[in-house]
Amino acid sequence: MAVNNDVLVKINSLKKYFPVRSGIFLRAKKYVRAVDNVSFTIKKNETLALVGESGCGKTTIGRTILHLLEPTDGEVIFDNKNLTKISKDELKELRKGMQIVFQNPYTSLHPRKLVKDIVGEPLKIHTDFSSVEILRRVKETLENVGLREEHMYRYPHEFSGGQRQRIAVARAIILRPKFIVLDEPTSALDVSVQARILNLLNKLKEELSLTYLFITHDLAVVDYMADRVAVMYLGKVVEIGKKDDIFKRPAHPYTRVLEAAIPIPDPFFKKERILPKGEVPNPVNPPKGCRFHTRCDYAVDKCKELEPQLEKVDDEHYVACHRWKEI
Amino acid sequence: MKQDTLSMKWKNFIESRKPLIDDWKHTAYLWRKSKLTMIGSFVVLFFIIIAIFAPYIAPYDPIAQDLSQRLQPPSSKHLFGTDQFGRDIFSRVIYGSRIAIWIIILVSIISGGIGTLIGVFAGYFGGIVDEVLMRITDMFLAFPSLVLAMAFAAAMGPSLTNTIIAISLVYWTVYARLARAEALRIKNTEYIEAERAMGASNFRIIFLHVLPMCISPVLVQLTLRMGTIILTAAGLGFLGLGAQPPTPEWGAMVSDGRNYLVDQWWISTFPGIAIAIVVLGFNLLGDGIRDMLDPRLRR
Repeated sequence: MAVNNDVLVKINSLKKYFPVRSGIFLRAKKYVRAVDNVSFTIKKNETLALVGESGCGKTTIGRTILHLLEPTDGEVIFDNKNLTKISKDELKELRKGMQIVFQNPYTSLHPRKLVKDIVGEPLKIHTDFSSVEILRRVKETLENVGLREEHMYRYPHEFSGGQRQRIAVARAIILRPKFIVLDEPTSALDVSVQARILNLLNKLKEELSLTYLFITHDLAVVDYMADRVAVMYLGKVVEIGKKDDIFKRPAHPYTRVLEAAIPIPDPFFKKERILPKGEVPNPVNPPKGCRFHTRCDYAVDKCKELEPQLEKVDDEHYVACHRWKEI
Repeated sequence: MKQDTLSMKWKNFIESRKPLIDDWKHTAYLWRKSKLTMIGSFVVLFFIIIAIFAPYIAPYDPIAQDLSQRLQPPSSKHLFGTDQFGRDIFSRVIYGSRIAIWIIILVSIISGGIGTLIGVFAGYFGGIVDEVLMRITDMFLAFPSLVLAMAFAAAMGPSLTNTIIAISLVYWTVYARLARAEALRIKNTEYIEAERAMGASNFRIIFLHVLPMCISPVLVQLTLRMGTIILTAAGLGFLGLGAQPPTPEWGAMVSDGRNYLVDQWWISTFPGIAIAIVVLGFNLLGDGIRDMLDPRLRR
């Protein structure tokens, strides 16, 4: 394998199936194909946004990359090391380099621990610093995310949602990781607070030269944060490319639908609305051929039979659609 | 100068513990609001004080026999009367509280400890570990508790230590189920997932994060069960499987008096009343603690 120094995270035909157990003996008869054969790379210092509607498998990808979930098949390569093939000790070592910020800051912080213990926990696990040194670093990191020293001796329930998310970010960056999965970090917050958290994340990205996988369904946020965008539908990546390519020249019908749904803050601007037909199919039983064909206006017979592969549209812009040239 | 930094440190310490202090104040307020909880607390407190100061309160030696004084009715000399060997029942009831409290403490520690550990491991690891541990628990739960305790006590031979072991072996199942349910809930929370993302080991997660969260429901259940523990111990004593004579154990004392119940009612009655009052006290206190810790009633 050629060592590519630009690439930090690379996933290769990653699959994650969840068994649906039924019957008397709870045999796994069916599987929810949460992530089905997904490949992409994330370059150093970039933000890749992973967008898609609820249940399309974006969160599952994030957790599988961090090895919080064991992949069913495929591989995850982080920093030129294959996460699926290394030992427990090596994995623990690699965990220093990758962290996660969860969606809901009300459930992601231990309710009975003081902030200094929550934020200092990664140091306790990975280093043998003295408690004084840990306190010093916690204080430094809290200041880095816009909190103050006196916040160290409080419990999470004393903070607002935005402040809690800052605490969660502080916990994620205290070990100076290279890569952070941001799992809808702003969707549980007020709009005014969202902007501040996004600015904080961008500032930290510059300062600490971080790489983000930004999981979200909020396309306005994607526009603000991302360098590249991957669009997911029912466990598959249907289009991936630079942010401007995706937003200005969407090739996949699904991306067009998403793009048309971005609200524009101008009351006089009338936008053409594209609504897809029907509902998202059940991921236990995804449609044959192209998974979007049941809802796609452009579907032809070929779409119902043959599953489209990612094709190159442009430099770094790929789409999985049979008819992208025609539409 | 040094004084200054010290007082600053103290101030900081108080400041940092303020939420905890407020929490305690709120708990005290809830306690004062519930009359039954207060009664329960005072009964239990009274019981503990009597147990601690038994040698100073009891007028006679609880096991000294005086056949010239046998079967005396209650009088100013013998407050609760005497039994068939002339032992002072009042002194025996007082000393009996020490035995009862000893049983409660040991059974709570042993059964609470075993139950919580087994439950947390079963809940946290799930799968085959959970199946094996919970099926063992089910086996223990399948028997009526008193019958099972009798079987253990009979198999190990009657003595106070064996009574304690027997009761512990019966009651740990309750705490195991409780702790398992709690561990199942906690292991799926995001803060535990965050902990795993940091690379914490299973043992660190269990002992530092899951176990502390499981302890409060177990503690509530322990106080609720203390009354039952006394009853079981008294039951075993009554059947002759508990503490052996001449130990002043309440159940055994009730049993001693049953041949004389018609003419010398006091022999069985006073230890019986002691059992009833203490069990009632523990039940009221346990109910009260459960209510006080109920998050729906707090704030």
